[in-house]
Amino acid sequence: MTTPLLEVKNLRVQFPTRRGLLTAVDDISLTIAPGEVLGVVGESGAGKSLTGAAIIGLLEPPGRIASGEILLNGRRIDNLPPDEFRKIRGREIGAIFQDPLTSLNPLYTVGRQITETILTHLDVTPAQAKQRAIDLLNEVGIPAADKRIDHYPHQFSGGMRQRVVISLALAAQPKLIIADEPTTALDVSIQAQIITLLKKLCREHGTSVMLVTHDMGVIAETADRVAVMYAGRIAEIGPVAEVIHNPQHPYTVGLMGAIPNLGEEVERLTQIDGSMPRLNAIPTGCAFNPRCTRKGEVGVRCTTERPNLLNAGNTQAACWLYSDTGTTNTTNTPQSVAA
Amino acid sequence: MKNSNVLLEVRDVAREFDVSKPWLNRVIEGQPKSILKAVDGVSFTINRGETLSLVGESGCGKSTIARVVCGLYAPSRGSVVFDGVDMAKASVNEQQQLRKRFQMIFQDPYASLNPRWRVGKIIAEPLISHGIMTDKVEIKKRVDQLLTQVGLSPLDQEKFPHEFSGGQRQRISIARALSSNPEFLVCDEPTSALDVSVQAQILNLMKDLQREFGLTYLFISHNLAVVSHISTRVGVMYLGRLVEMADTKTIFNRPLHPYTQMLLSAIPDLKMTGKQRTPVAGEVPNPLNPPSGCTFHPRCPYANDRCKSEAPKMIVADDGSMVSCHAVEEKRIPIRLAA
Repeated sequence: MTTPLLEVKNLRVQFPTRRGLLTAVDDISLTIAPGEVLGVVGESGAGKSLTGAAIIGLLEPPGRIASGEILLNGRRIDNLPPDEFRKIRGREIGAIFQDPLTSLNPLYTVGRQITETILTHLDVTPAQAKQRAIDLLNEVGIPAADKRIDHYPHQFSGGMRQRVVISLALAAQPKLIIADEPTTALDVSIQAQIITLLKKLCREHGTSVMLVTHDMGVIAETADRVAVMYAGRIAEIGPVAEVIHNPQHPYTVGLMGAIPNLGEEVERLTQIDGSMPRLNAIPTGCAFNPRCTRKGEVGVRCTTERPNLLNAGNTQAACWLYSDTGTTNTTNTPQSVAA
Repeated sequence: MKNSNVLLEVRDVAREFDVSKPWLNRVIEGQPKSILKAVDGVSFTINRGETLSLVGESGCGKSTIARVVCGLYAPSRGSVVFDGVDMAKASVNEQQQLRKRFQMIFQDPYASLNPRWRVGKIIAEPLISHGIMTDKVEIKKRVDQLLTQVGLSPLDQEKFPHEFSGGQRQRISIARALSSNPEFLVCDEPTSALDVSVQAQILNLMKDLQREFGLTYLFISHNLAVVSHISTRVGVMYLGRLVEMADTKTIFNRPLHPYTQMLLSAIPDLKMTGKQRTPVAGEVPNPLNPPSGCTFHPRCPYANDRCKSEAPKMIVADDGSMVSCHAVEEKRIPIRLAA
């Protein structure tokens, strides 16, 4: 097996508050292979965006990495001083955020923002940087790029702005892109354009992507593997087709049933009663146990002991239902299922 | 007319907004007034007990229609007829009587509940303002009953909205809307702000309530999968006009209008049949300066000279489905059957 591009080991993100320490991301481990697209899904508050922010070193204080390691190409990056990290951010890890209007500076032309990134990270002359910026804008499908480069973000529409953000993320040819809800603010027709573009560019450049989203449809189309998060932990991780068609964790099963599907007539959608626990009231044992319909099958273990990722079918699920079938994988480290 | 099957009729409704600069600027800069036609001549009917959905991308005027129907905006042209009574011509007294019979549920459950009122007071407000109940004990009983109906506890009356999660707040909005025993609910993106598992809870609840009380819904959404799940009939809007309307099965299996076909092919495919999404070029044009003729022609693969100059009329088929497209009329479009 090739060495993973990104390896996250037992990552824990905590927020100290007046009412005690809140653990928003709790002991997460995952890997991303070169050229792979890993989808991270979950509902609001599952910790998916924070995982992305931790990897790219943009956790907002007082949030901090309490324990765990993040390795990029085998090099540890989570303990780098801010100055060192700035060299990595943009150069080796690019980022795309949800709202294209707030992730661009309204006071600078898009050309200036892209050339600035190129000049910071690559050894080129300003003229070469400008040419490269125009090429990038062309590549992401902005018409008349040589004129548009002197325009300000407000002169672009939402979809066009997100294209600019993608070109910005690709500017220094990073090996990994963290895309946090890149299409959530866009209409469906524009969403299709952006996803197709992102897929095409990453395939051409061999870039790995960590795609954080709540939209299972986007994941189904784009990702190779998917991690389903619940209350700060990975509930299930595996190849995308397996997780969607043959989910193992009761939460994933419920989640898949809750999504209305086109052309499929169901009288009622599967309903997961209750809601995700608050961070200061995460149940003991499996965090999903109060809402789980199958906890009776296992017994008290669900309410007392936290399950790690276990082999379940062709995926790995953090659920005691699979404690006999799979070998216990004590470190909560997903074994690579993808070939 | 009173006992006919049609509950609501919208006749050629238009709503314009004046978005001009201030008078002085206009005079100095010599600019004309600019008028935004948010809704431009829309007609449809809703039968008793059915769910009519309006879908479209942002800025297509679907929310404006919802507000016109509720009387939150006065139409610039056309009329809204509720149960045989023209809302604009009804006397104040009559209008008040009619208002009791319809209610609205808004998109954002964080903004639509008064944060300084207790839940009991919020839910009782329509009862008191319509003068339906005056006795305090009776009101409390009714609120208890409503809270139970939407799946909350009667004890929740004493709490404030901030103590609830998004899904629970949307349940409170629904309880408030139901309190005056309405026949007709206008739901403007009621699940867009919610997570999928909570969305499933709310959609199931809405279906249950419809069955129990024979409610009629006007459902506004941009999510086609949700719409296909909940609706009896679907209307597709583009730039302030209705482009196609038919019953749910017809529209999803045999979309006629090129825009509907485009929207449907842009939805991510959760079943991963390997079907490629066809990203459609272009974006929604600026509604301040809509294209001539058929407003969809710059993005339409079937557009010809007639489409550029002449606005298409609504063609009503025998089964009541409507489409407004020259290419469909001239049979220039191959009929696309969904897989």
